[in-house]
Amino acid sequence: MTNKKAIHVPRRQLLRGITAGAGGLMLSGCDMLSANQTFLGVLKSTEPLNMGAHRLITDRAALAREFTAADLSPDFKPNGSQTGDTPEYKQHKAARFASWRLRVDGMVANPLALSLAQLKAMPSREQITRHDCVEGWSAIGKWRGTPLRLVLQQAGLSAKARFLVFHCADKFGTDPYYESIDLVDGFHPQTILAWGMNGGELPERHGAPLRLRVERQLGYKHAKFIMRIEAVDSLARFGQGKGGYWEDVAGYQWYAGI
Amino acid sequence: MNAEYEANSEQPAPLPGDIVKRHRLSTRIWHGVNAFALLILLMSGLMIFNAHPRLYWGQKGADNDAAWLVIGNVQGKGFVQIGSRKINTAGVLGSYTDGEGVAKQRAFPYWATIPSGYNLSTARLWHFAFAWIFSLAIMGFMIRALWNGHIMRDLHIKRAQWSLRHIWQDIKDHAQLRFPKGAEALHYGILQKLSYIAVIFVLIPLMIFTGLTMSPGMNAAWPWLADLFGGRQSARSLHFIIAFGLLAFFAVHMAMVFLSGPLNQVRGILTGRFRIPGVRSAQQPVSDPVAEEQSQ
Repeated sequence: MTNKKAIHVPRRQLLRGITAGAGGLMLSGCDMLSANQTFLGVLKSTEPLNMGAHRLITDRAALAREFTAADLSPDFKPNGSQTGDTPEYKQHKAARFASWRLRVDGMVANPLALSLAQLKAMPSREQITRHDCVEGWSAIGKWRGTPLRLVLQQAGLSAKARFLVFHCADKFGTDPYYESIDLVDGFHPQTILAWGMNGGELPERHGAPLRLRVERQLGYKHAKFIMRIEAVDSLARFGQGKGGYWEDVAGYQWYAGI
Repeated sequence: MNAEYEANSEQPAPLPGDIVKRHRLSTRIWHGVNAFALLILLMSGLMIFNAHPRLYWGQKGADNDAAWLVIGNVQGKGFVQIGSRKINTAGVLGSYTDGEGVAKQRAFPYWATIPSGYNLSTARLWHFAFAWIFSLAIMGFMIRALWNGHIMRDLHIKRAQWSLRHIWQDIKDHAQLRFPKGAEALHYGILQKLSYIAVIFVLIPLMIFTGLTMSPGMNAAWPWLADLFGGRQSARSLHFIIAFGLLAFFAVHMAMVFLSGPLNQVRGILTGRFRIPGVRSAQQPVSDPVAEEQSQ
């Protein structure tokens, strides 16, 4: 028995040493891998799998759940930019967006420049939906806006267009915010250009005068302070080519349905 | 697990000291892949949690809503708040000093997360890539284990094991660290079966489905998921709680391996070869290669 004990103590210490060593190795190993572009590329190769699986096994036209007024968040958390940053935006804001125009161009037959009044005169949609942030929180808000598909139809979207790029007036440092979606989401009935929130005007901190609601994706896809929508066949020439500000600078997934 | 000697009555039961084949290759592969994936998922998951270290019940929940769990800090001193109870956890949760000696204010410390520093997008990359491995592995294992009879033979709880007396006996045996010897060591006890069944058929599937429920895309496509768990934020809370349930299972599992002959158990799950525990009596022959060769 005593012999056994004498053997056990160093063994325990040895095990503890091995465990701590293995833990440290694993941590630094994971950090090294996280900084390795090839390895990140391997991890990222599962991204098309996520979108592919969603598109494969679920209904592309499925509607996000709509809630009731009783479910509204008492205080909808504003996130990201709280205001537009360009001088042009500031002028429009001072003039209460009277001469602001939404430009719709790129691969369209009839480029548009729509005033807020024109957008509001089009058929609109109101929806109470849950906003899910990539960070993990959720808030429920009521949005009113013009279905994006009506704007695209009016502009005569080219058959060659594959993506819609949203150019925004807010900046992070010197980089302008932008986002992009494909046509599955572009023509989805709940994808709206929202100009109203919770029964009033869209507040500045939530992206006035116009923000995107693309209800089946995470918050960072919902571009705020929209100035221009550009129809394109490739995302390569925007920013770093990954389709959005956060996709470019932080490596967030372009498909934000998960 | 040795199945053949049981089916073949002519074959004698293996004796203490015999080396028998125990875990099948499919079981061993799944066990290894699952253990590794779980570790990566847990650590990358803790990093994702750090992005918003608050948990809620229901559909919604953000800074201004009531949280049932908060890991935060006041003036740099970390705390965990559960309901109205606040526990000082400075140094471990909510605030810690990183490897370079720099004071940080995050929920889970650097040694528990992947990556070790705050990086939500990279943690999500790890998490979702390994979620595929984890989910496909458990599906593959379930199909294989059903197909080869592993579930019915080894995990299925026999009628006799359901008796309260038997369960109480198993609890006492565990409490006194009395582990089965001889051929009996090749069978799982009732507590062992219950915990394996809970992990394989309840906790791991719940992890996958509560994870899916956090996806806004899946929420639109399969709204019943959110109904099942009581909303997206409830699913997030459950995902967190079950993760710690699996961690608790891991701790007990490791303790049992350690107490019941760690080298033999680890060899069993790595190579499939297991030495029958116990002391061989004088009447029993020393060499019995039959048990090794004929068992699968």
